[in-house]
Amino acid sequence: MADTICRTLRDGGLEGEHAPALTIKDSKASPFGFDVFNYVLTQLSNHILAGKSQSRGLVVVAYSRSPSFYVDLLKRRGIDIASSHDWIHILDCYTDPLGWKNRLIDKDISQEASSLSSFCQDVRNLDKLYSLIIEQGKGLIGQGKDRFSIAIDLVSEMVRHASISSVAGILSNLRSHDQVSSIFWLLHSDLHEIKFTSVLEYLSSMVASVEPFNQAAFGQRVDLENLSMLEQNFRKGKFHVRFKRRNGRVRVMCEEILVELAGIKFTPVLSEDEIINQRLLPKVQFNLQLSEEERNERAKVVLPFEHQGNGKPIQIYDGRRSLGENKEEALVSTGKLQPDEDSGKGQIIYFRDSDDEMPDSDEDPDDDLDI
Amino acid sequence: MENQNLNLLDRALGLDGPSEPWPLSGRVVLIEDCVETSGSFVLHQLVKRSLSPTSSNVIIFVAFANPFSHYDRILRKLGCNLVTQRDNKRFIFFDMLMLRCPDVDEGKSSEGGLVLLYEKILKTICGLPGDKKDYVTIMIDDISLVEVAANGGSDYVLDFLHYCHALTSEFDCSLITLNHEDIYSSMERPTLILQMEYLADILIKAEPLSTGLATDVHGQLTVLNKGTSHRLGRSGNKIHNFHYKVKENTVEYFYPGSRV
Repeated sequence: MADTICRTLRDGGLEGEHAPALTIKDSKASPFGFDVFNYVLTQLSNHILAGKSQSRGLVVVAYSRSPSFYVDLLKRRGIDIASSHDWIHILDCYTDPLGWKNRLIDKDISQEASSLSSFCQDVRNLDKLYSLIIEQGKGLIGQGKDRFSIAIDLVSEMVRHASISSVAGILSNLRSHDQVSSIFWLLHSDLHEIKFTSVLEYLSSMVASVEPFNQAAFGQRVDLENLSMLEQNFRKGKFHVRFKRRNGRVRVMCEEILVELAGIKFTPVLSEDEIINQRLLPKVQFNLQLSEEERNERAKVVLPFEHQGNGKPIQIYDGRRSLGENKEEALVSTGKLQPDEDSGKGQIIYFRDSDDEMPDSDEDPDDDLDI
Repeated sequence: MENQNLNLLDRALGLDGPSEPWPLSGRVVLIEDCVETSGSFVLHQLVKRSLSPTSSNVIIFVAFANPFSHYDRILRKLGCNLVTQRDNKRFIFFDMLMLRCPDVDEGKSSEGGLVLLYEKILKTICGLPGDKKDYVTIMIDDISLVEVAANGGSDYVLDFLHYCHALTSEFDCSLITLNHEDIYSSMERPTLILQMEYLADILIKAEPLSTGLATDVHGQLTVLNKGTSHRLGRSGNKIHNFHYKVKENTVEYFYPGSRV
């Protein structure tokens, strides 16, 4: 499922469509958001290098770690960007975000910028930041119709220096830029008002939240009983992802996270998918599910215009009379059935093209629409 | 390190291994305490360990809470002479007790004061001889008083902490800070302390026992060692929990129920 996210970012957006956007959010109780961010970053980098992704370049906007951290991270994953980095650029909003260093020391630290990274020394100016990101991205992909991806390592830090509306504005503008293929960012949800988190979720096509493995253990004073739960929370977590489809349908998936020495691992949830799906159904006063008997009855229903193929005349059910002798519903019969009514005037030939689709099927039936 | 008596806290922090490279290099440590269980003893313990004869550490101690004489007295009882270390340029003391910015413009002066403090720290590190520059530990006692000095401007404090964090990655120095958790407990969203917890690689929490007061046990320490990725690679997340008793010349650490 984490792979589904990476594939969506890899495939990018269609012409004229906003780029897919991923929000990764975590909290103090389960602070693995950064590990997830690094995982997605590594996967996307691999796709770009292999030429499998829509984007040809990646701009990393680094607020919480230095560029050298990302160089080391990718190197440990087998990607050496120190020697070959024509596809990646790191915008350094970490080393001197407010220009303090620039004011103090004699040498101009912007001279230390390399082709791999460049400094942003005023993170309060989001317009300037936007221009820098686009400029660096275009520099990676050159002229033409290619696109690039953007990774922002901490939107929580971004909003410390600017208003919620301006952060939402820049993210929205980046997402709708026609040369941006995909974009993803991390935030710590407990640092913000619900309003801000909601705004970002609204802007995203995918929201991945990291939640504690044992919810109950959080917030209590440590004692022998909850210590083992705390230990578990420190190594494991739950990963919920909400996908927003083009047609507006929302799909939620769940996995488990294991944080190990080598990095983060995603494993399927042990319980059955059906249980999760059932929990996700809204609580309403009518029954949304079918019992076994109802399922059987439904299978027996003859669809209108369907050719029976058994020699019997086609019976068109017009809603006013019963289908056959077996049905015992008391329907008012207002006239005789006219099986040959349509002969000579026209025919309806109906081909059922697919079986009934189950509610949580992976296929989106509207995907082939060319709107 | 092998010559000294290592206790549970040392082990939890990884100080029981070789002292070179210093296990806390490039890492951020946050000590959280409350009124019932003061965490300053952890800070004193870390001063003592950093200044051990087998290590080459230099401490830049930014003191907002107490004067030099206070720390000198306590560390002497723990077997560490701060005056000598200060003379040897291994213990650099910034007395910030009187930090008050005399400028007229209130808002700007709070930020300005912290920028000056950052400048002082940066210049001190840059001014160290080459071999000492890689072994700096910055200690701040304590962050709630930095907030007071900044006239409540917690945003400026966070900016300052961010720049200190950047120092850890630029110079591989360690950053050890102390803050009081209960000050923020009444806030709906205690941003400052939450941000500090996110920044920290190692979180040391001193809190009372869940069972209440006791004469033999003064409190419990929980050490969350995040094992974040740093230049040595990645170590696993580890959590340690044990009790402690603060005595005149030492602090005893022991697992629950192991005291006779």
